[in-house]
Amino acid sequence: MADTSRFRCLSPLFQSLLFKDDDCPTNTSIEQKAVEESVLKCYRTFRSSLDIYPDMPFLDREMHTDFLTKGLQTLSSSYECLDSSRPWLCYWILHSLELLEVIIPEERALAIANFLGKCQDPEGGFGGGPMQFPHLAPTYAAVNALCILANVTNKVFDVINREKLYNYLMRMKTKEGAFKMHDGGEVDIRGVYCAVSVARLTNILTKELSDGVADFITRCQTYEGGFSGYPGLEAHGGYTFCGIAALVLLNHTERCDLRSLLRWTANRQTQLEGGFQGRTNKLVDGCYSFWQGATFPIVHMIMCTDDDDQNLSAERWMFHQEALQEYILICCQHSHGGLIDKPGKARDHYHTCYCLSGLSVAQHFIGGSLSNEIIIGNPQNRLRPVQPVYNLSLDSVMMAQKYFGSLKLPSGAANKC
Amino acid sequence: MSECNVDDAASNEAWVPFKDRPEWRDLKPIPQDDGPDPVVQIAYSEQFREVYDYFRAIIAADEKSERALSLTKEAAELNPANYSVWNYRRNILQELNKDLKEELKYISQVIEDNPKNYQVWHHRRVIVEWLEDVTDELKFTEKILKEDAKNYHAWQHRQWCIQQFSLWDQELDYVDRLLKEDLRNNSAWNQRHFIIKNTTGYTDEIIKKELKYSQDFIRKAPNNESAWNYMKGVLQERKLFDFPGVLEFCHELYSKQIRSPFLIACMIDCYEEMLELGKPKKEETLQKATQLCNELAEEHDTLRREYWQYIARSLASKYGADVSGDS
Repeated sequence: MADTSRFRCLSPLFQSLLFKDDDCPTNTSIEQKAVEESVLKCYRTFRSSLDIYPDMPFLDREMHTDFLTKGLQTLSSSYECLDSSRPWLCYWILHSLELLEVIIPEERALAIANFLGKCQDPEGGFGGGPMQFPHLAPTYAAVNALCILANVTNKVFDVINREKLYNYLMRMKTKEGAFKMHDGGEVDIRGVYCAVSVARLTNILTKELSDGVADFITRCQTYEGGFSGYPGLEAHGGYTFCGIAALVLLNHTERCDLRSLLRWTANRQTQLEGGFQGRTNKLVDGCYSFWQGATFPIVHMIMCTDDDDQNLSAERWMFHQEALQEYILICCQHSHGGLIDKPGKARDHYHTCYCLSGLSVAQHFIGGSLSNEIIIGNPQNRLRPVQPVYNLSLDSVMMAQKYFGSLKLPSGAANKC
Repeated sequence: MSECNVDDAASNEAWVPFKDRPEWRDLKPIPQDDGPDPVVQIAYSEQFREVYDYFRAIIAADEKSERALSLTKEAAELNPANYSVWNYRRNILQELNKDLKEELKYISQVIEDNPKNYQVWHHRRVIVEWLEDVTDELKFTEKILKEDAKNYHAWQHRQWCIQQFSLWDQELDYVDRLLKEDLRNNSAWNQRHFIIKNTTGYTDEIIKKELKYSQDFIRKAPNNESAWNYMKGVLQERKLFDFPGVLEFCHELYSKQIRSPFLIACMIDCYEEMLELGKPKKEETLQKATQLCNELAEEHDTLRREYWQYIARSLASKYGADVSGDS
């Protein structure tokens, strides 16, 4: 018999974690129960295969790598709906591959950089594809992708027109301290994070660019503790990551109510599934493994450095790292490669990227000089650790810092910092 | 952030290739320039490729015409997430002074087919802004929310309309209806908070009313986090202790053997606040609070053991007699 005591999902009291609907069923509880049923099925199947394969669960690196490298080359026509997210596809795939420690050949790296250059607008910023208008989301994706490729050759950084990028970011900035996603586009906290992240990486974050931005972010923290996309809306995992990560990049973490943020984020891990939901009373989704999961290292870091909090653990984040790994490894691997939202869903590169990023956060505790690895299942499941604020490997962040750190501000920005 | 099902193949009903469209003969299509060594290359259908080749051509020519307008429709249908298409379409609508009511009808249909897409909702918002007419907006968002009561884009649009055009009056009734249908609808609870905060504000009187409102829902379903979060949100600017009913309410449920983690967490918050305010019986309060943390960590909320143990340590080090700073 295999040793089942190692796994939370196989503990004897596991069934007691089923959703409690207090004899008051509603749409939310009915949908929740259906998901729990499908997740339990995965965990039961896992239980029976453990007798045959004692080093389960197993991250199928080979199949995921195959799915990713194929996507890096060609995609079927069903991807037409992502034709305005091609730099995203590059980033999702390259980041997944860097977590899996797959090496990119130099020729390939230069080809990707060249393609991203084709997506760059003559007036600055990157569009969703060649000859599309510049947009902050693909701009973030393109810059992140180039940071990863810089590990192969830092020639790729030549693609970025910093001066024009700065002008573009300034053009997107609104009076309320937020950013439009594009000319004539919508304003929300994603724009803030994307703008601040690329500005930091390329070392063009001036006072002029960051003025008033923390005010906007602060207005997005809701009564629940998480952040919303725009003031007044509901706290949400993706937007919460954008909010807190941007505050870190702006050096304004004092503007966040950390206590309520931590409570809300801790409560987003789902009792039975072990993964994260995006909002209160919503369903688990593999992608929130990162959006919510990354908030823990970020908050930990803030409380440690800003508040010198002695009560923090020196070994663990404040969520159940094993439970999240079990959910990702047992419920979110697609049988043909790639990772997914929840059992029964289709695979895609977005979920592959954020499931793997979340898995990495759950595997590695890194606090200053301290580090602690918790690897569920086969030891080869270990991924590279991520820098949670940018969602890049530590090396990729360093590449950008090394390259851009010594560069002067663009002339238009030089006297405005 | 990526809302499309990549397993769905696009439909292709009676599409006329551009070579069979005489009205386009004068325009030279512009192929996409992916460079010499393309990556993440999508195997476009012939239709997709042609429509976008012509779309690039009209942008390059800065053409704002009827045919260009209908081309944006074709392009948007093939990929509703292409923000360049929607943006250019708006430029044409303005230039040609088109009937925006018609556009609103059109975008309604597109949103119904793609309710989770940023671009189509943004398009709608701009059209409403131009029209300065929100007659149908509440009804429309209600229709979308009927299909998915938590659609973030729909709520965002609704909040914008309410704020922009002062449509506050009936909204609490709507929220009330939604909560009666599903008391776990967190978007509806959030909307309640949004409305009150922007109208009457949380005055003493409103707080009392809202406490009762949320507590009635909590009694029905003590494990419903949304109602607990709202109840605490009501008191955000105040102290839980200013309204002594809160701790008593918790005690009442606790004495009925209810062990919802949200109940216990709320009790911990009450005790912590008493400690903060320097209320008497400090040691006893601290002991109660840390004991509840342990109860959660070991029994009722073991998934969050790390978190509750941290809260217990924090309370003990901040308010405990044996803290080094005190000696």
